[in-house]
Amino acid sequence: MALDRLTGEHSVAFIRSEQLFDWARRNSLWYLGFGIACCAIEGLMSTSGPRFDFDRMGVFFRASPRQADVMIVAGTVNKKMAETVRLLYDQMPEPKWVVAMGACASTGGPFRQYPNVVLGVDKVVPVDVYVPGCPPRPESVQYGFMQLQEKIKRQTEERRAARRDRR
Amino acid sequence: MIGPRDTEHLVVNIGPQHPSTHGVLRLVAELDGEEIVNVEVSAGYLHRGIEKLGEHRRYHQLGTLMDRGDYLSGIHGELAAALATEQLLEVEVPPKARWLRSLMGEVNRIASHMIWYGTFGLDTGAMGQFLYAMRERETLLDVLESVSGQRMMFNYVRPGGVIADITPDAEQKLRTFLRTIDTYIDEHHALLGGNEIFQKRVRGVGVINREMGLSFGLTGANLRCSGVPYDVRRDKPYAAYGELEFDVPIGSVGDAWDRYLVRMEEMRQAARMIRQCIEGLPEGDVMAKIPKVVRPPAGEVYACVESPRGELGIHLVSDGSDTPYRFHYRAPSLFAVQVLEEILPGTLLADAIMLIGSVDILIGEIDR
Repeated sequence: MALDRLTGEHSVAFIRSEQLFDWARRNSLWYLGFGIACCAIEGLMSTSGPRFDFDRMGVFFRASPRQADVMIVAGTVNKKMAETVRLLYDQMPEPKWVVAMGACASTGGPFRQYPNVVLGVDKVVPVDVYVPGCPPRPESVQYGFMQLQEKIKRQTEERRAARRDRR
Repeated sequence: MIGPRDTEHLVVNIGPQHPSTHGVLRLVAELDGEEIVNVEVSAGYLHRGIEKLGEHRRYHQLGTLMDRGDYLSGIHGELAAALATEQLLEVEVPPKARWLRSLMGEVNRIASHMIWYGTFGLDTGAMGQFLYAMRERETLLDVLESVSGQRMMFNYVRPGGVIADITPDAEQKLRTFLRTIDTYIDEHHALLGGNEIFQKRVRGVGVINREMGLSFGLTGANLRCSGVPYDVRRDKPYAAYGELEFDVPIGSVGDAWDRYLVRMEEMRQAARMIRQCIEGLPEGDVMAKIPKVVRPPAGEVYACVESPRGELGIHLVSDGSDTPYRFHYRAPSLFAVQVLEEILPGTLLADAIMLIGSVDILIGEIDR
């Protein structure tokens, strides 16, 4: 919700800077335009297409990891690709999140018997949200991003609670 | 004083993370200024052993793997696997199943070409056409979802026929779609092809001539753009293509513009075939009676289909057991990516991005 709707056009709002930043972050999750396999067509192209319209959630694609907040790992990661995935993750500025999209990125999926395939991208980078499906529907990806927004919100509250406990 | 040609060559890695390489393709380009001197294609970033895994799957499960190989046109991959299995088993497919295979194949062809059209425009710097292309694609995915239950990995064509009849919902959606598609394709062509900047960028660039196309083993629109009228649907008819009327569009020069025109015309022809398929759909069963676990007699076959990217072939070797002894997948994109090493040198770096889009490669197919 836009802040002026919440508070009126000429009002003053007091908010913790931490909460403000997290509010901004979870409503502008820019993902890295990095499609590996089939899931890229559904998760990156169809989802940002006219019907599912990811832009309305503030989710938009960036071509460079330096500008991205979220990495959608959309496809099978094999051993040759794993190094690149780690490199791209390291290039992203903090704070950063990873969405493992589909069966392959979560566990290796239908290719897990093949020795070259990494059994889930969580062996390479830390994963925040797993989206099941082969490939997941665009709605599933959007639901995954809503879960990620919830997680970011929860993390702020948890940090505050931890500080309170320390005092 | 530094002379005009006295410059250092620079090696640039394009990919594997690059929004315009259509996946995880990596090109190692040697640049002289902005001009490409030499290009090396480095594949294997999506190698996941589809051929080897196929040797450990039953014949009915091959379609699942083929869906994920050529993920933009799953129907064609499944169809090739099913045709090869049927040749081994010597099964007769019911006529309705044959027609449905052609029908869904052409629906899938337009959906796949729409992705190509949208991203080809993105590669040349346009944006709007991508959104319009996705509109058409979503309509067609609705049709495919209605008959198969999935938006991308259909698993619709199985050995012996197809899994389900066309639903009334899908038929109605297709009829609505067919009323508008010709106008829409004209609009698409006017939007992208009518753009002068686009024309200046694609005309005369990346010429694939007849000899080059044939010697590299190119098929599909990449070969037809140079004037060779080779189309598996017409030359080795499968499914219902022997009974359908369609033209095989060919180009004359073989540049990126010709490839664009050939693919646009292919979409019109596909719409024409969908119309014939809906009108002429015979009555009857959609699946022949074959056992759940098939053990074909020992032997080897090759079956090919015309996928949106060219001749997609399956070479199956059976040893009489319930899994194939050898499962080879002839991917048309593998040949298209090799021709890049030939046509890219001498062009500008910006043209290289456009040329990768113009040959319509798919990494899932190249690396398997």
